[in-house]
Amino acid sequence: MLKQIEGSEAVAEAVALCRPEVICAYPISPQTHIVEGLGKRVASGELPRCEFINVESEFAAMSVSIGASAAGARSYTATASQGLLFMAEAVYNASGLGLPIVMTVANRAIGAPINIWNDHSDSLSMRDSGWIQLFAETNQEALDLHILAFRLAEELSLPAMVCMDGFILTHAYERVDLPTQAQVDAYLPPYEPRQVLDPAQPISIGAMVGPEAFMEVRYLAHAKQMQALELIPKLAEQFKSVFGRDSGGLVHAYRCEDADTIVVAMGSVLGTIKDVIDEMRVHGAKIGALGICSFRPSPLGAIREATRSAKRVVVLEKSLAVGLGGILATDVRMALSGLHVQGYTVIAGLGGRPILKSSLHELFRKAGEDALEPLSFLDLNSEVVNRVLEKERQSRRSGPIAENILREIGVVGASIA
Amino acid sequence: MFQVRIHGRGGQGVVTAAEMLSIAAFLEQRYAQAFPSFGSERTGAPVVAYCRIDDKEIRLREPVIKPDALIVQDPTLLHQVDLFAGLAADGFVLINTNRSFADLGLSEFLDAFRPERLRTVPATELALKYVGRPVPNAALLGGFAAISGLISLSAVVAAIKQKFSGKVAEGNIAAATEAYEAAHA
Repeated sequence: MLKQIEGSEAVAEAVALCRPEVICAYPISPQTHIVEGLGKRVASGELPRCEFINVESEFAAMSVSIGASAAGARSYTATASQGLLFMAEAVYNASGLGLPIVMTVANRAIGAPINIWNDHSDSLSMRDSGWIQLFAETNQEALDLHILAFRLAEELSLPAMVCMDGFILTHAYERVDLPTQAQVDAYLPPYEPRQVLDPAQPISIGAMVGPEAFMEVRYLAHAKQMQALELIPKLAEQFKSVFGRDSGGLVHAYRCEDADTIVVAMGSVLGTIKDVIDEMRVHGAKIGALGICSFRPSPLGAIREATRSAKRVVVLEKSLAVGLGGILATDVRMALSGLHVQGYTVIAGLGGRPILKSSLHELFRKAGEDALEPLSFLDLNSEVVNRVLEKERQSRRSGPIAENILREIGVVGASIA
Repeated sequence: MFQVRIHGRGGQGVVTAAEMLSIAAFLEQRYAQAFPSFGSERTGAPVVAYCRIDDKEIRLREPVIKPDALIVQDPTLLHQVDLFAGLAADGFVLINTNRSFADLGLSEFLDAFRPERLRTVPATELALKYVGRPVPNAALLGGFAAISGLISLSAVVAAIKQKFSGKVAEGNIAAATEAYEAAHA
């Protein structure tokens, strides 16, 4: 059924349709509306046979999810930013133990400086945790990916994150097509655990593993992600046959067939990128976009296949590997190794900096002329940065970094647009 | 694509206004996207929300930089925020006030705009009268429906009913209807 609702509400509805049995989360913006929506459904009885457990922290939220999943319950949680960092140890445990928890990450920057706005630093900090990470481009895809994530996670017995841009998607009202309970039931069978803590058949989960077996256990984690690489396209196909639309999959190519320039990105910024591409195509530019839906497992083969005949690849990412450059860009370079394709990394939209069409036009025009630096920062205020650097050269006690930048810009708080 | 920017203060239902506008457009078979300016919510702080309306899927995610219409829920913002930034010369302006544009010191500035697309609505008074609280958002949407012709009053009423129920919905509908009729005249 078509509805005009908030992204968070659409996700709450999708998760409820997946018949979770334990939901445990700790509130943090911009994720809060999702678990509020689910809490209401549990309290009203609209979501039966589900327990909503209140906890005191994100660490506890993931720990309870681990316990619930090990006891055979379909388990769900959600978080963002500092909340994800706070649960980090348990995040690794969930995947190390092979428990198919599904977690929404409403992507938000990580402090310091404290910032509640969107970028991809949080979930990408858990890049190597062994979780599957799927990125949504629209609220429709965010909704769909949750249904797909439960199926994928449970089939492989691996946890999965559904990543959606905080505020930009979570707080946006747009049209979504909500599936019926019958459709979701047809796609997502009841959870059949590979391992379960059952007093009738006692086992233990979480053995200490020494040097004689640790490598093998870790290798299996990698092997499972490689299985996910095979399974994700199949599940996307089945999704289409049940729900009648394309959602999920490894990558989404847009006007790439004859493109000399291919822009690679993740999440909601792809919409703006596509609009710019359409406008540039009218004027004859051969440009396309490749959206990465599956960040982990990394679809190296699909990226290579989609970009191999391009002259250049511009990776535009909302994350920064400090001291290196791009995180996604590093993966893409690996996918392109051995090919003669010029690669550019563009860091954009950190801490909620709007990614403007006008800026993208200028960026892609420069890329087309190969006039970009290998690493650049979209709309960086270099003047202010240079003034602060100069001040640091001149004075030993130059003061706190964030406050210096704010003073140079002349604002006390963050600007609104 | 038609783009609306709504300015107000925390507590005035600015974000809800954009959401209701998107629901009204959706109910008339349009595509619509509403989103806030993503600030920390604080009562009284300047707040901005956006709504885009189109006949095809809206993919653009940047803030509304060049609005086709501006709805100002709080005239005290005139001295604090660059409200008119990017507004097209044929744009619509709707301000919540019981004063005139001249009283607000805007007549010279607004000379460049099309007069039939400029309107003031005493939306806070209407809200106090019908809802009992100074929440001008629904009344302004009624006024916006009248001056823009972009959405119908019945769609605004239906959108209010989706967001509110009971007496609050009734009051907001009455405020929106009176604002619509006043702005239409």
